[in-house]
Order: sequence, then C-alpha cells, then structure tokens
Amino acid sequence: MAKYIISRLLQSLFVLFGLSLLIFFIARVMPGDPARVALGSLATHEQVQNFREEMHLDKPFPVQYYFWLRSLLRGDLGKSLYTRRPVTTDLKAYIPATLELILISFIMSLVIGQVTGVLAGYFRNSWFDGLSRLISYIGVATPAFAVAIFFLLFFTYTLNLAPAVGRLSLAAVPPPRITGFFILDSVIAGKFGTALEGLKHIFLPAASLAVANIAQEGRITRTSIAENLQKDYVIAHTVYGIPRWSILFKYLLRPSLIPTVSVMGLAFAYQLSNAFLVELVFMWPGFSRYAVTVMLNKDLNAIVAVVLVIGVAFFLVNVIVDIVVSFLDPRIRLQRTGG
Amino acid sequence: MKKELLVAALSRSRASFSKGWYKFSRNPLSVLGLIILFSVILTAIFAPYISPYPEHAGAFTNFRESGLPPSLTHFFGTDSVGRDIFSRVIFGYRFSLVLAVVVLSLAMPSGIILGLIAGYYRRRWIEIVIMRITDIFLAVPPLVLALAITVMLSPNLFNQMMAISLMWWPWYCRLVYSLTTSLRHEYFVREAELTGASKAHILLREILPNCVAPVLTKMTLDAGFVITVGASLSFIGLGVQPPRPGLGTMVADGAKRLPAEWWMAVFPALAIVIVILSFNLVGDGLRDMFAVEEV
Repeated sequence: MAKYIISRLLQSLFVLFGLSLLIFFIARVMPGDPARVALGSLATHEQVQNFREEMHLDKPFPVQYYFWLRSLLRGDLGKSLYTRRPVTTDLKAYIPATLELILISFIMSLVIGQVTGVLAGYFRNSWFDGLSRLISYIGVATPAFAVAIFFLLFFTYTLNLAPAVGRLSLAAVPPPRITGFFILDSVIAGKFGTALEGLKHIFLPAASLAVANIAQEGRITRTSIAENLQKDYVIAHTVYGIPRWSILFKYLLRPSLIPTVSVMGLAFAYQLSNAFLVELVFMWPGFSRYAVTVMLNKDLNAIVAVVLVIGVAFFLVNVIVDIVVSFLDPRIRLQRTGG
Repeated sequence: MKKELLVAALSRSRASFSKGWYKFSRNPLSVLGLIILFSVILTAIFAPYISPYPEHAGAFTNFRESGLPPSLTHFFGTDSVGRDIFSRVIFGYRFSLVLAVVVLSLAMPSGIILGLIAGYYRRRWIEIVIMRITDIFLAVPPLVLALAITVMLSPNLFNQMMAISLMWWPWYCRLVYSLTTSLRHEYFVREAELTGASKAHILLREILPNCVAPVLTKMTLDAGFVITVGASLSFIGLGVQPPRPGLGTMVADGAKRLPAEWWMAVFPALAIVIVILSFNLVGDGLRDMFAVEEV
C-alpha cells in the first residue's frame, strides 16, 4: 500500500507541475496587460512599470515561471491583483466555507443515494423503482444552477422554509474561528442557536449540489444491489433466517458500495465545479465564488493558485477513494500488496 | 456478381439496423428521448419560421410588454425588456446545439487519433507523452479550466467553443487508448501486421471500427454534458453575449427577478433540462443497443 501511495504521489507531482505550467502559460500569453488591468486606467505609466517589475511581468516567460516556482516552494503563491492580499490568505479565508458545503452535500448524497438505491434495487420494477429512476434521470440532466434556482423558488419563496443567501443571517454573529466550519465552530463554542442557523443556511446550497450525485449514486447502487441479490450467499443468508433488512443494509451494502465509492472521485470533482455555480446563486462566500471572481478579474496569481488547489484536492480525493475501495474489496487489497 | 454482393451487404446492414432498432426501442424512454431530441433539433434549425416573434431574438425592446406572465400570446411570458421568452428559448437552442456539434467535432477526432496512437505504441515515448498530457488535462474538472481559458481569451461564443473543445479531447483519448491497448494483441491486428499492412490501415481500418460503439455512446451522452458546461459558462456570463439569447444567460438574467417574475428563469432552465435529458435518454438507449460496458 505504501509503495502504491508513493508512486501515485510522484505521478501526481508531475501532473500538478504540468498543470501549473499549462495554466501559467495560458495566463501569461493571453492578450491584455495584466498590470494595467490590475491598476486601472487611472494609474500612471510609471506606476504600471513599477508594478510590472515587482511582479516580474517584464521578464521572459521561463524566468517568470522560475520566480513563481521558487516562491511556491516557500509556500508563497504571490499577491492577488484583485484583493491586494497574499493569495494564501485569501484561500485560508474562503476554503473552509466551500469545504463545509461540499462535506454536508456529500453526506446528503451518500445517505439518500444509498437508501434509495438499495430500496430501488430490492423492489425492482415496482412503482418506487420507476419513480426513483425517473427522478434520477431528471436529476442527472439538470445543471446545478438550474437546481439551485428551482430549489430557491420552491423552498424559499413558496414554502418559506430556508433562507435564500449567505452562511448566516446578517444579524447573527459568526462563531469564533477554529476550523472555519461555522456549524462545527458554533457547536464547539456552545452556541447551538448559531449552529442551527448555519444548518438552515447550508441546507439549500448543499441540497442543490447533492442532487446530481444522489441521482448517480442511486442508480449505481440499484444496479449493484440487483446484481448481488442473485448471488448464492444472499440465498444462504435467507435460508439461515437472517432478517431481510439486515441482509440488505448489512451484508449487501458493503459489496454494493464498491462501485459507488469508485466513482466518488469523479463525483467530488463535479461537486467542486458545480459549487462554482451554486455559490453564485446563494451568494455563498466560499472558495468557488472567490475563484469565479478572480477569473473574471483576470487575477493572474490567484487563478493559477485556484486551479492548483482544485488539482490537489482532486488528487487527494482520488487517493482516498483508492484506499477506501481497497479496504472494501479484499481482492484489490491483496493484489496490490502482492499477496 | 457485384450486384449480388451489394444486395447481400445491403440486406445484412438492414437486418443489423432492424436488430439494433429493436434493442433500442425496447426501452420506451429512449424512444421518447429520440423524439424529443429530433423535435428540438428541427425547432432549432427552423427557428426563424417556428418562433412566433423571430425579431425578439436580437436587440429588440418593447417596454409596454415587459414582464408579462405566460399567456396564449407569450407562452413563456416576456422578459424585462418585453421580448418573447419562448422565441428566445428556440433561438437559444441553436447556440446550445451548435456548441455541442462544434466541440464534439473538434475534440472527438483529435482525441480518437491520439488515443489510437498512444494505445498502439504502448511503452514507447509517444505513449508516455500523449498520456501524461492527457492526465494533466484531466486533473481538474472541465468547467474550471474552460472557465479560466474563456476569461483569458475574452468571453464570447467562439472562445467558449474553443475552450471547451480544448478540455474535451482527453476524455476520448483515454477511452480509445484503453480500447486500443486491449485490441492491440487480437489476432486480426496481428494478422494485418504480418501481411505488411500500413500503420494507418491498422489503426484506422482494423482497430478504429471496433471502437465505434463505445465512442458513439459516449458522444451522445457527452453532447448533453457539453451543453451543461456551455450553459454553466453562459450562466456566469461567459458565453453567448447579449442581446443574442443564450439559455444560460437567460437563466442568469431571470434569476435576478425571482420570485415575482419566476417565468424569466424557470422556462429557459426547463428548456436546458429537456435537451440534456433527451441526449441522456438516447445515450442510454445506444448503450443498451451496443451493449457497451465502459464509457
């Protein structure tokens, strides 16, 4: 396992290096003067020139990349041209909000997707199966921003159940920052009212993000439950008199989880990119909204950083997925260790 | 003699067609998807004749009729400057479908050829170069890089197409690569090599035909996905530029007027769902028909 992780790590280092080169290249060769864009049209020629020198924008491309790489190794991603703060400071401020959102939506999609998948697989060809299939078709086909708007219209404006925007209402005081997750921080600080408030606010954006995943996971789980139900060991369990629900949720869930977990890396990537849209609709002050803002403002350093963070996150999730799958499936584990 | 051969080939292809159609049509949802898809395509092609107010697709204003709710004269209502949303949705389909066609016809051939080469020359430097570059492009979700590239190029429909195409070839490259590596050692490929067939013949005439089914299935499913990414970019403001009607742009404009004038966002959003849904249904039908496992 360790050997496998190290080889994955080396491979990903190469990919991330290439990714940084690609995005760096795209950012620097494109038309338009980034220094002029950053300083605005009122800046004097001298100011622009100084700024260019400060950012090494006057040097040839390989030199610029060398400077960037050197400061990256010191943990410095440069200064944002838009917020005028170090990019790392911005990232630290915005990442927790998005992570919280994605985690909650991840839990939602896992629980709902598994339960509907198991039930649909068990009651194959029943009305429940048909209904969940129909809903999953629609769920997969609806872009995240459209889901967000439908939910907003239904839950907020029609039923008045959930607030429309932000992480907390304007009057609420955010909890002291420990992890940056508002809900967790509020619980740690003992402010359960704020935690509840946070949960209410996160519900709609998280649900909008979860829909596509619920649909997909439900479908995959259904297929694999339906497949596994035919296996001999299930018949054996039934003959032994083990209750049906216990077979379904205890013995069948584990092998049926394997295909679901395997696609989770991809699912995470889509959740991250869908967060770009959902955070815009719900004005969620997170990483993705920051990413859209810096992209629209052609903020060179921040764009490179944002894309790299996503690349790193995607890689980490894929490694975790591989490890989890190998624990769920002994065959894969044994193959890798050469046993 | 030749004529007989031709007739035999024709009847064979007709037989395989009807067999394929039988498998496809066993799922009524796929047939429904196909019908919807055809209607959408036809509507988009004949948009100027079908839409009730074709002039509303451009910079048209009529403030006396702005913000009207759906009615018999305006099926989907009117927008904030008095344009018929139904007409604009129909014209919006044009941009979405053109996007899908352009992206796929740029990304698919390049991805397929690179995948064939990388899969055939396994363990050579050319495989390493192609597949590592593919890895780099697949290291982030397509929407993110497409977004960055579109912004840098300056946002409009053409650049959006180029950016999405640039993000899309790696998926085909990887699919065809994995197919080719498994086909590479089949006897028919070996035989062609022994008889001295050219590399182009082996790649294009021996291996490629065996990749058609999965590629075609992926293409259909991808068309919906490309439209999603395009609509998402337009939603952020990086696609079809106003006054031309992009579906994503229309949803974004309408979202500012929720909840009172809900129709401005809801109908364009539903229009997007319908076209993607129909592509997915057809794609699923093709998957059943070809009995494709991967993709």
